[in-house]
Amino acid sequence: MVKIKTVNLNLFYGSFKALSNINLDVKKNQITAFIGSSGCGKTSLLRCLNRMNDFIRGVKIEGEVLIDGKEIYKNVVDLTNLRRRIGMVFQRPNPFPLSIYDNVIYGPKVHGINHQENLMEITKKALSSVFLWRELKNKLNDSALDLSGEQQQRLCIARLLAVHAEVLLMDEPCSTLDPIATAKIEELIMELKKKYTIVIVSHNMQQAARVSDYTGFFLLGEMVEFGKTEKIFTAPKDKRTEDYITGKFG
Amino acid sequence: MNPKLSQIIAKICLGLAMLFTISILIFIIIYILFHGLPILTYQFLSSPIQEMGKKGGIFPSIVSTLYLVITSVVVATPLGVGTAVYITEYTKKNKITDIIQFGSDCLAGIPSIIYGLFGFTFFVIFLGMGWSILSGSLTLAIMMLPTIIRTSEQAIRSVPQSYRDVTYSLGGSKWQGIKNIVIPKALPGILTGVILSMGRALSETAALIFTAGMSIRTPTSIFSSGRSMAVHFYTLAREGLSLPMAYGTASVLIISILFINFISYILMNQYLKKYS
Repeated sequence: MVKIKTVNLNLFYGSFKALSNINLDVKKNQITAFIGSSGCGKTSLLRCLNRMNDFIRGVKIEGEVLIDGKEIYKNVVDLTNLRRRIGMVFQRPNPFPLSIYDNVIYGPKVHGINHQENLMEITKKALSSVFLWRELKNKLNDSALDLSGEQQQRLCIARLLAVHAEVLLMDEPCSTLDPIATAKIEELIMELKKKYTIVIVSHNMQQAARVSDYTGFFLLGEMVEFGKTEKIFTAPKDKRTEDYITGKFG
Repeated sequence: MNPKLSQIIAKICLGLAMLFTISILIFIIIYILFHGLPILTYQFLSSPIQEMGKKGGIFPSIVSTLYLVITSVVVATPLGVGTAVYITEYTKKNKITDIIQFGSDCLAGIPSIIYGLFGFTFFVIFLGMGWSILSGSLTLAIMMLPTIIRTSEQAIRSVPQSYRDVTYSLGGSKWQGIKNIVIPKALPGILTGVILSMGRALSETAALIFTAGMSIRTPTSIFSSGRSMAVHFYTLAREGLSLPMAYGTASVLIISILFINFISYILMNQYLKKYS
């Protein structure tokens, strides 16, 4: 089942064309990876999917993005609800300078949930889903900034789960983590796929190969090739994809 | 000249400049406290002004000063912080924000007596507030705005963009992000600006003579006229009423300003420790 679909999507920063004619299907409960060298447009595309590019000056977007079959640019869209459903994990873990508990309940509170018991229940559920509950249940009032980078990134994911996100957009979520922490986050991502649809941008080809079901290879704003991950990495159709994954450039 | 020698000369010149600056500051403080501290008694702080200041204490001036500083801070802080939030969060940097910025910087450089004249014509006469704590405080508030706007703006800009992005990515609105994360995080910086501008209000004379008047009675409300400590000092010294009383008043002023700056220094340090 297709969760997100883009049709002839173009994105311009001023006169610079950052994305060209992207046609993409993101399947539900699958992990889709975008790979390519920096500046190829993969993050720009990711930010199109929850309209985070709206805040950047001089951005122009053409074409369509459909979520559950509904276009999100042309129709009058409830942006609050859209962004709640399509959550985003950023490169650098960015918990708020608040307690662990306040970080998790920040989203629910923004959406008007104020009941203490409910909030505790939500916190427990969200932290359990990212396997943090057992280690942190007695430290909920400690500052989130004292956690390790990996725990912080998990907490950031929990923060999205607390508002019932359906899609998790991950923008190089492991780029600031060491290999052991990266492995743990990857394990979590694969676990989360059961319930959520995940799109991950990665600099690291091995990571894409390890975790994703589908991979798109991007080069200079174009999606050169898209398909099942094992196909892309074992039998790429395009010469440029092959050159990239075999390390000839990038 | 050989580099070693020029290095030594430069070091000496810079050191002298520093020494000169510091010694002037220390000289002023010691000189005033030396003459003023002997006057500083409980009696001096708690008695009414008698014989135009030749005798008695400065209690009415202390009360007037408190009234003025508190009222002006209460008026200027929401206005200044609001402006800063609007400029940083709701406008993109363009010609108009540059003009606002430029205008606010110019406001900071206008001599206070001109603010006084404005306050006099606008608040005292036009709005009919008369010589009162209120007229004085509103005038002071306008004078404080540029400092508060500048420092709040810097504090708000230093809050990482990612915090705002997270609020959006959770489906929060811009205002929710500002209210819940941006302002709390910028608060120490904003407070530092407010405290610095309090120093300016505390030491203001020219603008207040025009707007708050010179009454030596203890103000009973913000509609009473009152003379601040700085104005009282000015009168005592300028009209040769009593130099010892003038030094006593100056000491109270200097101690208050040192105290306020001390607090702002601590706040600034905490702020830097926490956010860098």
